[in-house]
Formats: sequence, structure tokens, C-alpha cells
Amino acid sequence: MHENAREKIAQFIRAKEPAEIVFVRGTTEAINLVAYSWGLRNLKKGDEVLVSLMEHHSNIVPWEILSKMNGFTIKYAQVNNDGTLNYADFESKFSSKTKIACLSHVSNVSGVVNDIKRIAKVAHEHDALMLVDGAQSVPHMAVDVKDLDMDFLAFSGHKMLGPTGIGALYGKKELLEKMAPFQGGGEMIKEVSFSQAKERCDISWNDPPWKFEAGTPNICGGIALMEAIKYLEKISMAEVLKHEKQLAEYAVKRMHECSKVTLHGPADLSLRCGIIPFSVEGLSSHDVALFFDNYGIMIRSGFHCAQPLHQVFKLQSSARASFYIYNTREEIDRFAEVLKEIEQA
Amino acid sequence: MPTVEDYVARIEGTCGAEKDIIVIFKYDKKEEAIANILKKAQLKNTIAGIIFELTYLDVSFRVYSSGKAIFRSIKSKEALNNILAALLL
Repeated sequence: MHENAREKIAQFIRAKEPAEIVFVRGTTEAINLVAYSWGLRNLKKGDEVLVSLMEHHSNIVPWEILSKMNGFTIKYAQVNNDGTLNYADFESKFSSKTKIACLSHVSNVSGVVNDIKRIAKVAHEHDALMLVDGAQSVPHMAVDVKDLDMDFLAFSGHKMLGPTGIGALYGKKELLEKMAPFQGGGEMIKEVSFSQAKERCDISWNDPPWKFEAGTPNICGGIALMEAIKYLEKISMAEVLKHEKQLAEYAVKRMHECSKVTLHGPADLSLRCGIIPFSVEGLSSHDVALFFDNYGIMIRSGFHCAQPLHQVFKLQSSARASFYIYNTREEIDRFAEVLKEIEQA
Repeated sequence: MPTVEDYVARIEGTCGAEKDIIVIFKYDKKEEAIANILKKAQLKNTIAGIIFELTYLDVSFRVYSSGKAIFRSIKSKEALNNILAALLL
């Protein structure tokens, strides 16, 4: 069943074969796997890694750590004031030194959807790889790794009705084959034979994806993720996205009724998913979140693990409303009522 | 003798540039904790009976009826413990 889960995930994101799917704990581990297995051996002084300023810390910190070890340069692409990617800046930063471009498909703060196909094309023209943080896209829309031509895609199970502690890394097979193992242990080897002459063990690695899966796998998590995907497929990802966009559109309309509420992110809702960051005049995002908490409404407050983007927005922190398939228009009406109460208080 | 730990379940730093501290009171002690605090701190404002803006010895903070409090400008863990002890015990 564990391997059936791999097959289901591969089908879901339109990978060529299940061997392109590595089970991981989540998006963060997937990106770290690429950084250490591929980056540690392929990035050196003089090379450049291109990252956007809208990234979640999990797509910044591994590269910063590795850069200190290997001495390569990280170039940060600008984000416009409305939270959209500055494509001209991103594209202008590519050079023959660029080895990998790292970009989120959907911003976890603003909900902005990035044109991955466009950036991947430029990356490949420069012989660079394209790593995509799909934590906020795979759960919310149909993602086709072949069509978007991404080299790596990272995503988590817990954001798509699955449990915590399970996620997947997609990698093109030819890349996974060339990469070194991430961790050592059982399952990731073909053979470990002790040589009396050398007084050492000769080790040969297993084939991908098992080469990257040391130790007992999270079998329950993988199967649960497969069942979550089956559930989403019954609804269809097109319907999931449509529902979220309708809710976001309605929520924005209702939030505009509140004069002390500032919405962040692009005004053009076609550029974003069901994520709405906002601020209430005179209140910190934590005050706002705790107020909603009193009414059983959960929103997130703080940096949302994306501090550089808050620096772009010139915000100390932000409150964030987000929607999924289980949310309703009635819940948004309740959310808007409480928001009005907050601003009138 | 009651202690601060009898009332406090968890203390967390907020995520954000504000660097505030959130104190989460134990569920079965939250009403008693809030009552104790309201007796000792100076009430500046109340928002819909849900948020209480308070000050105590120049420290401003907010208490929420859900059983949480946000403290601002607290310099150290020791300073927070001292103020919690003064307010709760």
C-alpha cells in the first residue's frame, strides 16, 4: 500500500513515474533534501542560487546555511509592493552562474500565484534547475509537473487533508539518479559488505526514490496522504480552486465594508488564491487573532514564516485569513461580523 | 501556597517584529486568573468584554476572555515571572 501511495501521488501531480516521488516529512524536509543531496555537491564558490523575497523561511534558510558552507552566492529577486513577483527583476538576475532558481508556486502570505512555467523556461535557458515550493499550490489546484517543467516540487500532506509528518519531493528521475543520498541507514542501500582487506564497508546505494528514504518509512502517513488525494480527486482540483476563489472574492468584498481594515496583496483577485492577509488599524495581528479566537474563528498572525515579505510590505506582522474546501459563505459572513466588531470596539 | 504554574499552561513569544509574549492560562483556571488580574491591574479599556487593556507597574498588557494575555515590552523572563506572580497570587 505504501508503494500504491507513491503511485497515487505521482499520478496526482502528473509525474512520469512513481520513482520520481520521494516520501519526506513535509515541504521543509523536501527542500533540505535538495539542498544537501544536490546542493552540497553541485554548488561552489562563484555559483549563484536565485530565491525570491516572498519565500517561506524553509526556502531561504537551507540555502543560507549551505551558502555559508560552500561559499556560493544567493541572489534575492524583488517582490512588488502588492506582493506580486517582480518578474523583470527575477529574470534579470539569471546568469551563467545561476545553478538553481527557488520559487514558491503560491505565496503562503499573500496567496499570489507565480508563473512557474515562465520562470522555469528562463531557468532552463540558463542551464539552471527549477525548484518549486508547492506547499500552497498542490493542495489547492491541479499541478502538472511536466507541463510546468519544474525539476523539483516540494509539498506537505497536512495542508491537503492528510496528516502531519508526511509530504513528498518530486524530482526528475535523471536528477534523482545523479544525486547523493540525504541520510544513511536501512532501505537506502543495495549492499553493505565488509572488506577484510580494506577493513571498511563497501556500500552501493539503492535506486531512487528509496536511495533518499533511510530508515523505516512513515507508512501510515503515506497511505493517509493517498486517501486524502483520492478524496480531493473525487471533488476535482478544478472545483477546489473554484470554491476557494469564490470564497476569497466574497471575503474581500465583505472585508472592504470595514474602514479600519487594510488588505494586503494584489487587488486583482485573479492573481491569487484563497489567502487574504490583512491588518486592523490600532491593533496588532495577535490581538486580532485572539479576538477571533474568542468566537471560535481561527486565523493566523505573525510573520507566517516569511519575514522578508513583511519587510517588503513594511509590516510588523499580519493577520491572515485562509480558506479551503470545508469553508462556507456563511462562515465568511460570521468572520465579517466579528471583524466589524473588532474595528468598532 | 498557589504558584504561577498553577495558573499558567504555557508562555510563548509571538511571531512578528513586535516580540510580544503570550501567556496562556490553564483552561480550568482561566476565569480565576483573569479575575485576580482584574482586581490588581488598572483597567484602561475594555473591548466588547472580550479584550481588557490593562497596566500594572508601567507594564501594559491585554487579557482576553478566552484565557490568554499578551504582554508588551517585557525585558526578561524573570520580569515576566515577577509580574505574573504579583498579578495572579
